[in-house]
Amino acid sequence: MTELPVMMPASPEIFLACAAMAMMMVGVFVKAENAYRVVSTLAIVALVFAGGLVLHVGGGRQEALFGFFVVDDFAVFMKVLILIGSVVALIMSEGYVQREKMDRFEFPILVTFATLGMLMMVSANDLLSLYIGLELQSLSLYVVASFQRDSIRSTESGLKYFVLGALSSGLLLYGCSLIYGFSGTTQFDTLALALTGDDTSKGLIVGIVFLIAALAFKVSAVPFHMWTPDVYEGAPTPVTAFFAVAPKIAAMALFLRTMLGPFGDLVADWGQIIWLVSVASMLLGAFAAIAQSNIKRLMAYSSIGHIGYALMGLAAGNEEGLKGVLIYLAIYLIMNVGVFACILSMKVQNRMVENITDLAGLGKSNPAMAVLLMVLMFSMAGIPPMAGFFGKFFVFMAALNAELYALAIIGAVSSVVGAFYYLRIIKIMYFDEPVEAFDKVETMGLRGVMIVSGLLTAVLFIYLPGITDPATAAAASLFGG
Amino acid sequence: MWEIGLAHYLTVAAILFTLGLMGIFLNRKNVIVILMSIELMLLAVNINLVSFSTFLNDLVGQIFAIFVLTVAAAEAAIGLAILVVYYRNRASIAVDDINAMKG
Repeated sequence: MTELPVMMPASPEIFLACAAMAMMMVGVFVKAENAYRVVSTLAIVALVFAGGLVLHVGGGRQEALFGFFVVDDFAVFMKVLILIGSVVALIMSEGYVQREKMDRFEFPILVTFATLGMLMMVSANDLLSLYIGLELQSLSLYVVASFQRDSIRSTESGLKYFVLGALSSGLLLYGCSLIYGFSGTTQFDTLALALTGDDTSKGLIVGIVFLIAALAFKVSAVPFHMWTPDVYEGAPTPVTAFFAVAPKIAAMALFLRTMLGPFGDLVADWGQIIWLVSVASMLLGAFAAIAQSNIKRLMAYSSIGHIGYALMGLAAGNEEGLKGVLIYLAIYLIMNVGVFACILSMKVQNRMVENITDLAGLGKSNPAMAVLLMVLMFSMAGIPPMAGFFGKFFVFMAALNAELYALAIIGAVSSVVGAFYYLRIIKIMYFDEPVEAFDKVETMGLRGVMIVSGLLTAVLFIYLPGITDPATAAAASLFGG
Repeated sequence: MWEIGLAHYLTVAAILFTLGLMGIFLNRKNVIVILMSIELMLLAVNINLVSFSTFLNDLVGQIFAIFVLTVAAAEAAIGLAILVVYYRNRASIAVDDINAMKG
């Protein structure tokens, strides 16, 4: 009798897959005008339940499905962040989706499938499961980006995202094939054993370079960032909010696991690539954002910059660096959903706020929102005591302790430059005369997201261990501690 | 007589992969050509995987290749679907016309 594979550690993923398929059925059989609301609610419930399962399965290293799939504290930490990002994105999209007449029930289902792919990416322990997870995520995201199918900008952003995403998948696969060929295995644990020697073949190094290029694409790090601004600007705003958090975190998790896991001993080889990518991302994020007038485009460059800071921790290549990245990503998630909730809940003369100048006079017309946005912008700029400061603090400390002084100095400089455009938004809100009156279109969900995100950003310093403790445990788990 | 070895297969795959890559970047005409180039890249990877699999006496590479084929089919379907939606809005699929957003 053949034995069934161990599946329990993968139960959140299995549950989500079944739930998404069931939701498709529900969407078909429920009355068309209710379908979106019903399925969206179900999707939120399913994602929350999956989060419960993730916590129930818990940390401690567990393998499933013949070693293709692994759960550890790192995976749990990342999965919780991703699920929070997806749930919040669904909650935030409700009003917008209905106003813009894109309230088709496929939207929450696609988000669920994308989330499933992300969870698989985080837990992948084999090049094959890595690829499948990544593709499940990407294919869903291509469709979500072009979901507003009557809008030329949305479809164009979907098309661009598709072409460049497919290109990066090609690079990833080519890298995987070389790694497989020159090491004889695709399994991460076996790879790690095979790579402990000093004599790594050139073919393997080429494979790793391809892999890094593809992963840099997915996290939108310079020089593979060109799709980000266009996709962020063109995609419907709730979709942009989703793109800015969950897929970024998932791709970063994948990046960390592959680099520090199987290729951990080659840190001297790939460390320099990450160093360069990190520096370029920080600088581009800081300088290119200055000239932007569209908020979503600005957020795209800002996210490129943030990824640069997060990669700083990876460049350090040790446990402390990893801990810094994890804290950074958690705080990045909190800040970003807040900013997008603000963007989504303002309307000027029957259109969504898109340009930065639309924010003029917000300080007078809607003081509460202006204070919130100010807190978030200070945090993004990394000004203490906001949350963003601590995110930067831990990665900078890691870089300094790893003696990457140049990296830390460039990071500090670009963070000062970056502060300019965050502060400019605050200046426009408080000191410029209002051009047009605002309409508020906030839903209950948006208001909730804004309040929670703003509060967390502002008062996180009171209880910092709430984030640093799980991050420390997660970082230790990836280093076999 | 020449013996056809692993290096030959890898060279063919590398050439095909590069052709696909160039097809994406140098092509200024038509998005369909880009889709074809993407297919070409994925198939080059398959040659790589299958030849490694044969020469390593290890089945994983061939299983990987089958997965890649499946996903490539799904990817092409989604790419074409997005292209159709785009064509309805823009009435063109020329690469030069994809320029609603810049900066």
